[in-house]
Amino acid sequence: MFASIPTLCFYLPFLLLFTLLAVYVERKLAAFIQDRLGPMEVGYKGTLQSIADLLKLLQKEIIIPQAAHQKLFLLAPAWILITALLGFAVLPVTNVWLGAPTHTGLLFLLGMLSLKVIGILLAGWSSNNKFARLGALRAATQYLAYEIPVGLSVLCVILVTHTLDLAHISAQQGLATYQIDGTHVTSSYLLGIKGLEVTQYGGFLTWNICRMPCLAIAYVIFLVSSLAVSNRTPFDLAEAESELIAGYQVEYGGIYWAWIMLAEYVVLFLMTMLGVILFLGGWNTPFPNLGSFQLALYTNGYPSTWLGSFWASFWLLGKTLFILLIQMWIKWTFPRLRADQLMKLCWAYLIPLGLLTLLLTLWWQFLIL
Amino acid sequence: MFTYFKNIFSILEGLRRALQLTKKHLYKSIRASSNKKNHYTYVPEAGNTITLQYPHQALIVPKRGRYKLHNEIDDCIVCDKCVKVCPVDCIEIEAIPAPEVIGLTSNGMKKRIHAAKFDIDMAKCCFCGLCTTVCPTACLTMTSTYDFSVFDVLEHKVSFATMSEQAIIDTKQVWSEHVERGKNL
Repeated sequence: MFASIPTLCFYLPFLLLFTLLAVYVERKLAAFIQDRLGPMEVGYKGTLQSIADLLKLLQKEIIIPQAAHQKLFLLAPAWILITALLGFAVLPVTNVWLGAPTHTGLLFLLGMLSLKVIGILLAGWSSNNKFARLGALRAATQYLAYEIPVGLSVLCVILVTHTLDLAHISAQQGLATYQIDGTHVTSSYLLGIKGLEVTQYGGFLTWNICRMPCLAIAYVIFLVSSLAVSNRTPFDLAEAESELIAGYQVEYGGIYWAWIMLAEYVVLFLMTMLGVILFLGGWNTPFPNLGSFQLALYTNGYPSTWLGSFWASFWLLGKTLFILLIQMWIKWTFPRLRADQLMKLCWAYLIPLGLLTLLLTLWWQFLIL
Repeated sequence: MFTYFKNIFSILEGLRRALQLTKKHLYKSIRASSNKKNHYTYVPEAGNTITLQYPHQALIVPKRGRYKLHNEIDDCIVCDKCVKVCPVDCIEIEAIPAPEVIGLTSNGMKKRIHAAKFDIDMAKCCFCGLCTTVCPTACLTMTSTYDFSVFDVLEHKVSFATMSEQAIIDTKQVWSEHVERGKNL
């Protein structure tokens, strides 16, 4: 349990900064997509806008509705935030700054995500408000549905990596020098073909989506369902502004609302980072070694050195932030789905596709064995 | 089964086109945001964002625009026409006649009346412009100032008279003496 503390020491302050930045970037991006300018007044081009917003939220009075269940109403935002943050305990930062050394890290992370839904239900129920309750119900049904495609796509990765430890999954997708267990090096084959060993090349060739082409499909499934799991547009039915005002968070204000908002960005970041670790090589560089020109080694450094740690965290966070930008672009492009469309997308398209990908991956793995 | 896959591909094509559309707008706006040019037209120019950063940038108002009233008190002959024509009674004038001509306006009309008070309540004003039409010396005009919000509504009452209280008492004295003299004659 204490082994996760160093990881949390990195992620907790980082997430606060990240949320401030993400809110600003998101507002700017939305404005640009809609031909506006976005925040411009606070700081240079509005860079300090999120800090001003945060200060405003801190000053606000905390109002608890009379008909609300007082204790549960106050517990819910904390529950949502804590469960979202706990997921980070098993995420590695660099190849020496690993998360909690659990053999079931992935399972723990998905479990924490499920616990967050209890917090949302709690917030919706204790608010004693019809909009909040509807929003919470929608969030629960949505989560129950989309947990399955997430699970299926994660299962595809586990078939390839044979481990649930996120640090080992990251390590397998790079050079042999990067692998944590030096005595047992996992070889990487391009497209899962036995003749094409690429372990010494590294780079994007050893990423999971290249090691096993089925995982590219699995990543698309994962990306779509991770948007749904983190309640983002086009799947933000739980907090649909136009119909439910703000869904389960409608009665919250001030710092409690800020916690819920923080948790939302935290879960978004968590899911994106999980996707990067599972499919896009985690902390490994995208550049492969080319003969004597050891590009992968130059851009990843040696493990357990300062430079190596810097490169590892740089690639991990850089890839995550890049995918996040794409997700924001998606958010401001697509309209919200209807509830029936949401369920249809999950049960009629994503789950069959996920099962098919799982079978395909299994068959491909047998061919390699 | 065929329509199932047809649906998937038509939807994917739609999503791709939507993403491209927003990407186009994103690039266009980022390029435009570094563009320092002010907005001078009501319709945003091509390749510009629609945001008008108001206190820093402002639209040019039309020349005929009817905004805040201004009275050039030196040119005012205190004829009271504006008060009579005002549909909302926002102009208040206190006139003190003088025994002789007290000056000339810039267009050569003789001034015979002192303006002890010339208040226009902008909060009442309906910006119809009738007072400027009837003004014989064209001293009452509508300026292009349109942003004059205040914290207290009483501040909207603008005084244009420049006479000091002592001057008012003096001119009243002069006029009452003149009237007395007329009675005695």
